[in-house]
Amino acid sequence: MSQIFHRHANIYARLSMIAVAVVAVSIGGAVALLNVSGYNTKQDEFVEQPIQFSHLHHVGGMGIDCRYCHTSVEESAFANIPPTKTCMNCHSQIWNTAPILEPVRASLRDDTPLHWTRVHDLPDFVYFNHSIHVKKGMGCATCHGPVDKMPLMYQHATLQMSWCLDCHRNPARYIRPREQVFNMSWRPPSDDPDMGARLVKQYKIASVEQLTSCSTCHR
Amino acid sequence: MTSQLAARSSRLVSRVGAVARSAKAAGSKVLLVLASLALVAGCRQDMHDQPRYKALRPSTFFADGSSARPLVEGTIARGTLQGDEPFFTGKDGKDDVTELPFAVDETVLDRGQERYNIYCSPCHDRTGSGNGMVVQRGYRQPPSFHIDRLRTAAAGHFFDVITNGFGAMPDYKAQIAPRDRWAIVAYVRALQLAQHAAASDVPGGDPTKLAKPAAEGSEKKH
Ligand code: HEC
Ligand code: HEC
Ligand code: HEC
Ligand code: HEC
Ligand code: HEC
Ligand code: HEC
Repeated sequence: MSQIFHRHANIYARLSMIAVAVVAVSIGGAVALLNVSGYNTKQDEFVEQPIQFSHLHHVGGMGIDCRYCHTSVEESAFANIPPTKTCMNCHSQIWNTAPILEPVRASLRDDTPLHWTRVHDLPDFVYFNHSIHVKKGMGCATCHGPVDKMPLMYQHATLQMSWCLDCHRNPARYIRPREQVFNMSWRPPSDDPDMGARLVKQYKIASVEQLTSCSTCHR
Repeated sequence: MTSQLAARSSRLVSRVGAVARSAKAAGSKVLLVLASLALVAGCRQDMHDQPRYKALRPSTFFADGSSARPLVEGTIARGTLQGDEPFFTGKDGKDDVTELPFAVDETVLDRGQERYNIYCSPCHDRTGSGNGMVVQRGYRQPPSFHIDRLRTAAAGHFFDVITNGFGAMPDYKAQIAPRDRWAIVAYVRALQLAQHAAASDVPGGDPTKLAKPAAEGSEKKH
């Protein structure tokens, strides 16, 4: 009397169990990769703007300080986008007939605001505040990357929760002296490895428990 | 014998079935996870973009398309009542005030230096001679702060220039708060003094003692 199932069936059965596990893990992995990929986070993608405003020329080329345009970044949660008037401070005289700047002049003439396209956009259920980060020695470049080399603005960081937490768990790694916050070319001194820990103490940075508590960012 | 065999084969079948079922269960778990991930991705945008206004968000409600409303004319926010005339205009009646409305100490000067370097140095450059980067790119050249007329000008004149602009120079009242404008005025005064100091102005009469901090100051990056 022959058996209904060949002995090999056992192997196939076991193999198929492994195969299911492998497929599940790799789908999970693919989803996780997709989640952190630029496709999902919109990281490192140039964003088209109504006017080709170049941080490379204005910040890198002419050395204009961030605060000349983003005036509220030290005092408020929101780093404002400059109004038309700020552009016209210079462009009333420089490139004042260039077609590329026509939208700016039209905006001043008709008293209508310019419509910039947002580059960074946290979900509305997250609370972020620039002023505290600036006051506690977090540089623009730490979060926004080499802005002075950007011909068009792009998002440098993932802006995912893990990114925020990575720093909130260990701010000593990223902290810099307050006067250097706006300096795009600052690098941590190689001869002073304790600087981070020292500044964290000096600036009285809140505890890790407080900084990683859900209600700090979801309030 | 046959019944034994039948029992055995049915046990086998059920074992294989169990394996298949558990495989199927695992498969459907994966499917479930995938489906719920898809759902999560679907829900996500609602909570991402909640129907409320955040700073500078557009609005379809107001005719000009912006959610931020201009103040009704004549509105005075708490704490911004401009009752203290000289402090807010730099003028006492018709004349420019000659002194700063508050005492100048090192914090005021440091603040003034920082603000000057942000807002004025693009045109007036860090020493005040009027050769800033923007001037080098074709902006009209401002006069040096070190000419006699400006060295003798009243403090209030500088405040007024920052507040209301002057000829080809734009006004900075929206970008710089009144107290910071005064701090800038104090720093411009310090720049003027630094360029015209005599050796006798230096405590101890040794100008080399001054040279170092001044050079550091003008190099200081922000
Ligand atoms: C001459 C004015 C000016 C200066 C100086 C300037 N910016 Fe900007 N910035 C703008 C304008 C206009 C936009 C909006 C257009 C865009 O996104 O490119 C902007 C956008 C940005 C954004 C993206 C905002 C968004 O939509 O998410 C960041 C980040 C930023 N600036 C950082 C900086 C930093 C850091 C500095 C200093 C190193 C700086 N900017 C200096 C004018 C300026
Ligand atoms: C402090 C002076 C200053 C301000 C403020 C300023 N610009 Fe400029 N901008 C310049 C100068 C100078 C140039 C010429 C750049 C060059 O020669 O490299 C320029 C060039 C440009 C150009 C030509 C393309 C390029 O990048 O070279 C555009 C577009 C432009 N600016 C847009 C803007 C907008 C929009 C704003 C307002 C958010 C603004 N600028 C604010 C000084 C300024
Ligand atoms: C700790 C990280 C961090 C630092 C430091 C930081 N930013 Fe940002 N910035 C962000 C995030 C996150 C957003 C997006 C905020 C949102 O979508 O609500 C943002 C948004 C912006 C915007 C768009 C307007 C807004 O507020 O949403 C500008 C402009 C900007 N940053 C400029 C700056 C400048 C200039 C500095 C340096 C003084 C700076 N940022 C420092 C994280 C940072
Ligand atoms: C490079 C480091 C760094 C990154 C990245 C960062 N933070 Fe922070 N954050 C800090 C530091 C430092 C403080 C100051 C803590 C203190 O002493 O109050 C802070 C404070 C805060 C506070 C205020 C806490 C309070 O007690 O009021 C909020 C809210 C916050 N961060 C949100 C965020 C969010 C949301 C993100 C991600 C989008 C983020 N942060 C990314 C370093 C960082
Ligand atoms: C340092 C700031 C910070 C803290 C602390 C924090 N979160 Fe978040 N959280 C974020 C940011 C930023 C996002 C948006 C991530 C994105 O857009 O991908 C987020 C997103 C989320 C989401 C939505 C995820 C999604 O895919 O839409 C959940 C759920 C969440 N957080 C739960 C928590 C819980 C629970 C805690 C406490 C254990 C916590 N968070 C603490 C910053 C924070
Ligand atoms: C965009 C370039 C620019 C910037 C930025 C700028 N100025 Fe000027 N400034 C000028 C020009 C051009 C003149 C000459 C105006 C004229 O004579 O028509 C001038 C003239 C002046 C004068 C001389 C007025 C007189 O009586 O002749 C003073 C004082 C002055 N600026 C102060 C400042 C201060 C303080 C700041 C910073 C808050 C500043 N400026 C920022 C371009 C600028």
